[in-house]
Order: sequence, then structure tokens, then C-alpha cells
Amino acid sequence: MIIGLDVGGTHTDVVLLDQSGLLRQAKIPTDPEDLFGSILAALEAVTAGIPPEGIRRIVLSTTLTTNAVIQGNIPPVGLIVSAGPGIDPEAFRTGEAYICVRGSIDHRGREVEPLDEVEIRRAAERLRREGIRQVGIVGKFSVRNPAHEIAIREMLGEGFEGVFLGHRVSGRLNFARRIATTYLNAAVYPLHRSFFDAVCGSLAEKGLQLPLRLLKADGGNMKLEASLEAPIQTVLSGPAASVMGAVAAAAGEDDAVVMDIGGTTTDLAVLIGRAPVLNPNGITIGAYRTLIRSLETLSIGTGGDSAVRLKGGELVVGPERRGPALIFGGRHPTPTDAMAALGILPHPERRRAAEGLRPLAAGLGLDVEALSRRILETACRQMLAAADRLVEGINAQPVYTVHELMEGYRVRPQRLLVLGGPAPHFAGTLAALTPLSVRVVPRWEVANAIGAALARTTCEVEFFADTEQRLARAPAENFHQPIALPYGMQEATAQALALLREKALARGANPRYLEMEVVEAQEFNMIRGFHTTGKNLRVRVQVKPGLIHGYDELLARLAAPAEAPPVRTATGP
Amino acid sequence: MLQARHRVGLVFFPAYDWAIHPQHPEREERLLYTQDQILEEGIFDIEGIFEFKPDPVVLADIQRVHFCVPDPWTVATESHFISAGGAKTVGMAVCEKRVDRGFALVRPPGHHAMRVVHGARGFCNINIEAIMIEFLRRKYGIRRVAVVDTDCHHGDGTQDIYWHDPDTLFISLHQDGRTLYPGSGFPEELGGPNAFGTTLNIPLPPHTTEEGFLHALHHVVRPVLAEFRPDLIVNSAGQDNHYTDPITNMNFSARGYAELTAELGADIAVLEGGYSIEGALPYVNVGILLAMAGLDFRHVREPDYDRHQIRQSASVTAAVHQVCDLVLSCWQKREKLRERRLAEGNPYRRRRRIFYDTDGFSETQLEEVTPCGHCGGALRIDSTSDRGVHILAVHVPRNACPSCRQQGLAWYEEASPRRFDHVFLQDQTNDRFETKPRDAARP
Ligand SMILES: [Zn+2]
Ligand SMILES: [Zn+2]
Repeated sequence: MIIGLDVGGTHTDVVLLDQSGLLRQAKIPTDPEDLFGSILAALEAVTAGIPPEGIRRIVLSTTLTTNAVIQGNIPPVGLIVSAGPGIDPEAFRTGEAYICVRGSIDHRGREVEPLDEVEIRRAAERLRREGIRQVGIVGKFSVRNPAHEIAIREMLGEGFEGVFLGHRVSGRLNFARRIATTYLNAAVYPLHRSFFDAVCGSLAEKGLQLPLRLLKADGGNMKLEASLEAPIQTVLSGPAASVMGAVAAAAGEDDAVVMDIGGTTTDLAVLIGRAPVLNPNGITIGAYRTLIRSLETLSIGTGGDSAVRLKGGELVVGPERRGPALIFGGRHPTPTDAMAALGILPHPERRRAAEGLRPLAAGLGLDVEALSRRILETACRQMLAAADRLVEGINAQPVYTVHELMEGYRVRPQRLLVLGGPAPHFAGTLAALTPLSVRVVPRWEVANAIGAALARTTCEVEFFADTEQRLARAPAENFHQPIALPYGMQEATAQALALLREKALARGANPRYLEMEVVEAQEFNMIRGFHTTGKNLRVRVQVKPGLIHGYDELLARLAAPAEAPPVRTATGP
Repeated sequence: MLQARHRVGLVFFPAYDWAIHPQHPEREERLLYTQDQILEEGIFDIEGIFEFKPDPVVLADIQRVHFCVPDPWTVATESHFISAGGAKTVGMAVCEKRVDRGFALVRPPGHHAMRVVHGARGFCNINIEAIMIEFLRRKYGIRRVAVVDTDCHHGDGTQDIYWHDPDTLFISLHQDGRTLYPGSGFPEELGGPNAFGTTLNIPLPPHTTEEGFLHALHHVVRPVLAEFRPDLIVNSAGQDNHYTDPITNMNFSARGYAELTAELGADIAVLEGGYSIEGALPYVNVGILLAMAGLDFRHVREPDYDRHQIRQSASVTAAVHQVCDLVLSCWQKREKLRERRLAEGNPYRRRRRIFYDTDGFSETQLEEVTPCGHCGGALRIDSTSDRGVHILAVHVPRNACPSCRQQGLAWYEEASPRRFDHVFLQDQTNDRFETKPRDAARP
């Protein structure tokens, strides 16, 4: 049996499932002041009476790190940055204790300027004096040669709790994002660690001693131990949980847009077959642009509880929320009230909804029914326009070869998969407004928890080889090795895949069903003067997000039409 | 977070799967390290810098500018359609005011491609700036355009295309043609009789540094631009003046490029040459991008930069000052010089030999332009390549006056398809390109 648990802003959703089907599900209110209590209560709800040894896996998606970052609830972090020439590193300052030091590395990993040990020891002294316990060390081009970052850590000396090196964050180039991501790793580390120590302690008391898995922003999971090296990877995993829940319902033959409709927002993502489209750079959290691999998503301020009002004689839905819907005791009309007024959402307070909508209807010269339809149509048009923007954005992502530009894959969605609380009530209106075939994700209310439960372990490896320097490198994986000539793409790809396999297994992947793929394999002849001096090889491999093996029966059952709620049309035929 | 003072639109298209041939300077690797540097500096994350995916140009875009022999598909590859498309994409973003400035960081380049194209010259097949400019004129009604070519080589292709166009000011700064390909671009090359003075050439001695370039910018380019008052300034931004460039002899630095870019303030920059792919391009391009965005570029520096080693000598400085004075006086006395040129002979006809170094053959041209005080004049080009292809090309410019247009159409009408392998008409007044069918030959 597997447990999937998604702590959201308002609800915590949890499922218990096995290969035959969904065994238990629960939805409990989240206490933002006590995430720990919310998690335990949710686990309690699905495990009561279940023998602990029958549970093979628990996957958690939490808002712990997200909340800490958004609320700025983080301890002081020291940063030691060596940039060299280029943009002034002051532009990327993360706080008071941000110290720029000498030393620089170029794009091929060659040292341009050495470090100054005295300067670094002085910086370390200052951090100790200020009582700083968490430190990040980041160098420009450290992913081409991490020697300076490693040397700085040596020079730092004792007295720090967590020291995070920039090159371990990701193999991708982007100094500014490397700084931000390293900073965030250092910043959330103490909280992350103590929180999950407590969770594991409580689980152990219940006899659950299996390794805990955490969901990441890219829709994959990793073991808790692996997360300690990069705790910020667990940030914003909630939207990823929902998308993975939709993957469980995707037919897989064509492209689809996923819409997770909530009270305040609608989050959108795109599936190519059953693989969610990834963001090419990394996730943005508040003011921080990072190198954290994530799904490509778009969030808009339209949801079931969006405020509905008139502005200059025009009907406006969202983007803000002004409390709950009228039918739930609120004071401002919302799309949810329009659904209740139309009877799409059966509710005893239907009359209250109609009364509350009447002034708006009068303002537009409509009756309540026509207004309610107009409200739902307006909300749905906003969601569909966002879907178009997201798809256009993905298709407009630059490519760097003639082949990709002329023949590259273009996303053309055929389906719209909707989930989230109000999803079934919006589905009819959406269906009337779009040529896409609209489908409500089965078990839409807990699809996010199902997604968390079934997500596979994901990871990525960036690999470089430079035959002129006779070096192969994947600094993020702590790998560098001299190479023997002849050396070509075949050797590079094989080495990259071996590293990926090792990394995936360490993170908890199933070795029997490891789906690895080569995302990029570029080979350049290096010519200096009129001679070929070597080859520059660049390989990116990944285990892409998807579902774990062995749950086809469960998926088929979930996807059976009988289990999906009927789609009702609000707009007429 | 960094915030650009000017919104900059960038098309980056390194064509990682295209080369003239594997060892050629114009090869796959050329922009690889530039990409590394741009990514590592996080340029695309700067608020106000936007990266666009290029749309390839269409046939009509190329035929608005060129006579490709026998057709555009034969003389250009998909890669050329995309790099010209990169310039066009950036130009559209600027004209539609989605960005304040644009940079087409694309390859292959184009400034050696002339109006008639039999093959590749100076690594260029089609002129990506001219294709962009003529598209922008057509679509957005832009009239006066200035092209400032700062590539180390004379932009002879762009000069040829705008030789007779009084609405296009072409200024080229380059290493003296007596010491470098293509061997042209001297101060006396001032444009055709209908557009005399709107072509200016500033040949600079080898070892000129940014000091010399900035002198030319301040003492010639800026005052001429101020008088010409273009609606659009395009910079053919070659990067082969760098002190590490393997095929030229100048002493420019990344910081100097950034300063030049900031001071020129072009609306659109288009990459041309630049073959020091590790030592220069990564730093030069970061400098140019920061300068275009109005950001601080003072920390941009090459790893081996040594200010003293590349200092400009007094004799170079003197030579730069001298040529700048000469070119400025040519501009100021252009009316008088034109009259003298008319008195000396018939400038409405010229006979030329054009060498296609990249493909290794020559072309002979007989060119005739209608004398006109109202428009650029219709153009009749009788061109034979020593591969044995003989064509007649007739060009009618955008703002052609009725009588010049009539003359152009008459030339096309009269031409017998039996005498030529191809007869082409490029009528910019209605944006049409025609090819005379062979079987249309009258008895
Ligand atoms: Zn050049
Ligand atoms: Zn005329």
C-alpha cells in the first residue's frame, strides 16, 4: 500500500491505495500554524486499523519550505561569492552577510584569477562573529570547475551547521540563480531538518519506519535523506501533485492542458502524452528565481471564490478573492454562487445566491440566470485564454538548431483535464467554449494526493567533456575524471547515463523500471587556428516525471467513466 | 534584481547544426561560448530583456532585396532564412514598440551579400540587415534608415544594395581595405549620382583601438546622423575588431564595444563577423547587451585584457583623425563633389567585377541607373558569372517616380529571354518580383 499526502493552503488531502484501487481517502482542514499536526491527523485518517507493515511507501507534498520563503521566516545566511568579471555580483545580493571575494573561473573551467585565502578567512571570521550558522558558497562557472567553491569551504573552517556549495544545486549555467538557490537551500535547511526529524519520529512510534519520500516541484519524488542536501527542491510541490494526479487520468496519446481549479486561483500545466512539460530554467518563488527543476505552470487569479463585480459597466471576475461565496456565508458574489443559482451546484442556499446576484444582474439589465451564465463564461474564458498563453509560450521557447526550428515539436492540445474543488461545475461551461475535449479528472477532489502517491523518482544530470583538456565533468554529481582518447559522444552518453542511474537509485528509484532519456547531446569540434584541437561534448540526461510502474489496473479503474462525475452544461447545447 | 533601463529584444540563434564547412570560422562552435557566458551571467533573467524565437523569412522577404540566381533556395540554406528571420523578428518587436531596442545575435552573417547573388562572398549569402530593413519599410512605413556598419570588414554588400538609395544612409567603419578583405570602402566611395553622399566610408589603420572608433563616432557618425535624421538606426555589429580576432588586425576590447554601443544608441543591432570565439565573443556580447539595456558594463573584461598592451599609437591616432576629417568634409561638400563627378564622366553606368571568395568564382556586372532628382532611379543590371550564367535584373525602388518606374518596366519588357538565362523584375512600388518565362520569347 502507498500513502500520498498533499498539504495545501486550506486542505490536506490524503489517499491510501494499492495496485487494485483507491482504498481510503480523506480531506481535512490544514492548520497553517501546525503543519506537523495536520500531517499526523491526515495520516491517522487513512491508516487507522491498517497494519503498518503493509505500507510500502509514503510520499509527502508540503508547503513547509514554500511558506518559510514567502513569509520570509528564515534565519540569517552567509554567502561567499566569487564572480570575477561580468555583471557586478552586488546585483544579486541576498542579505547583509553577502561577501564578494576575489577569484574567477572561465566558461571552460580554467582558472583566471586565484582565490585569496586571507580574504576568505577574514570573511569566515566575520560570519562566525555574527553568529551565522548557515553558509552558501557560490562561484561563477563553478559548474564547469568547482575547485574554488571546494577550496573556499576548506578555508572556511569549523563552526557552521550547514554549508551549501553552488555547484551541487544544479549542473545548469546561471550564476544569479545559483546564488539564489544556494541561499534558499541554506535558509530552509534547519527548519526542514527539524520538521522531518519530528515527522519521522512520530511515524516510527506508529511502527512506520519506511523511508519517507518528498514530492518535488518537477512532479517527481526523492527520499528524505536526499532532500537534506537540497531541501529547497521540495518547494512548490503542491501544483506538481495535482498535475501528476491528472497524468493518472491522461489518455497518453495526445497533448493535454491540465487545469487545477481552486477557490482563489487556477493553475495550468501541459502534458505531452503522459509527460508534463518542464520549465526550461527553474522555478520562481516570490522574488527568487532559482535553478530548481519544476513543471512549466501558469497561475491566474480566477477560481470558484473569485470576487465578481461590475467595473465601468463591465462584468469582472477576479483576480482577487473577498472571502467565501455567499452560499458559504460570504458577503461578495462569486462564480460558486452563480453555479448554485443555476442549480449546477446543488445547495440549500440557492435562494441566497440568487438574491446576492440580483443587484449585479440589474446593473447589466439581465435576469439572474443570464447573469450567472455570463459569470461562468467570463471565468472560463479567462481560464481558456490562460491555457492558450501557456501553450503559446511553450511553443515560442527559443531553440538553437536549424533542425529544431524547422521541425521541432509543437504542442497542440486535444484535451483539457480539469481537477480541483469546483472543477466538475466549471467543466460544462468550459466544454461549451473550447474545441478541446473536456474531461474531469476522476477523483478530482483528491487527485493531488493520488499524484503524490504515484509519482516516480526523478532527476537530471548535466555532463561535459572537453577532449582538449582531457576532462569529463559533472560537478553537480561530484564527478570529474580524466578521459582517455579516443572519446566521443557514445562514451559521454554512457558515462552520463551511469551517473544518472546512480543518482536516481540513491534518491529512491526502482532499478527495474528506470526510464532514462537523453534530453540533449551536443558535440562541437574545437578548432584553433586551422586545426581541430578537441571536442566539446555536452549531454543532459534525465528521468522525467511520470508514474511508478505497476499501477495500470488502478489507473484503468480510476479512469473508468462510471467513476467520473457527469459533465453538466451550463451554457446550453 | 537587475532592471534594464531600455527594454531590449534579443534573438539568439547560434545555428548549432550548420557550418560553411567543419574547419571554417563560420562553424557550429562560433556562438557556443557566447551562449555559455550569456546563460551564466543570467542575461535572460534581467527584467526588461526579452528573448524571442525567430520566424524564418519567407521568399518574398528575400526577393524584395535580392536577385538570387537562379533562386533563393539555391543560394541560401534554411539557416540563412532563419538568421534573416532573426533580424526581422527583432525589427518587428522594435517597430511595434514591444521593446525599445533589439539585437539579432544570429549566424550566418550577411553584410557582404550584394543585390545580385550568384553565391557566397565573405561568408555571406543573403543580406540579413537589408532584408529586415525593406520588410520594416514595407510593413511599418519607415522611410529614412541609417546603417552604421562597425564590422572590421567593409560592408560592401550593404553598400551595394543602398548605393542608389537617397533614403538610406550607409556608414562603414572598417580596417583599411588595402590591408583586409574585401579591399574596398575608401572615402571616395560616396554613392551613386542619385544618392551621392549617403554612402560614407571610414577606413581605419590596423591597430586602431576603441579610442579611434569613438573618435570617428563623435566626429563623423554622430554629426552626420544628426543632419540625416533617420527614423531608424541599424548597427551591423561585427565583433572582429577585437584584439584577439584571428583574421583581422584591430585592437578593440569588450568594454570598448559596450561603450561604442552605448554611445551609438542604435535601435537595432545585427551580429556580423567576429571569429575570436572564446577570447572575445562571450565578453563582447555581454558588454553589448548590457549597454543596449542601459546597464552597468564597467565590470565586463576579457580574462587576458591588458590596457597597456593594446594602447593606440600616436601614428595610428593621427591617421584616424586625418581620415575622419576627410570623410566629414566629403559629407559637407557632397553637392559640390557630385557636380564634379558628373563633369568627369557618366556615373549613371558602371561596369564591375565582383569576386565570390567563399565560393571561388567571379561575376561581371553592367549597371545602369536612370538619372533622377526625385527618386533613387530604376536600375538595370546585366550580370554574368564566370560559371556561365547570364541574367538581366531590373529594380524599381519603393519611392520610384512615374518616369523611372516606366523606364524600369520597359527594360524588363524589352529583355529577350533568349539572350539571358534569367530575366527578373523587382518592383518595390507594388512589392512584386517577376521572372520572365523562357517560352515567352517573342519571335
Ligand atoms: Zn567581418
Ligand atoms: Zn525617378
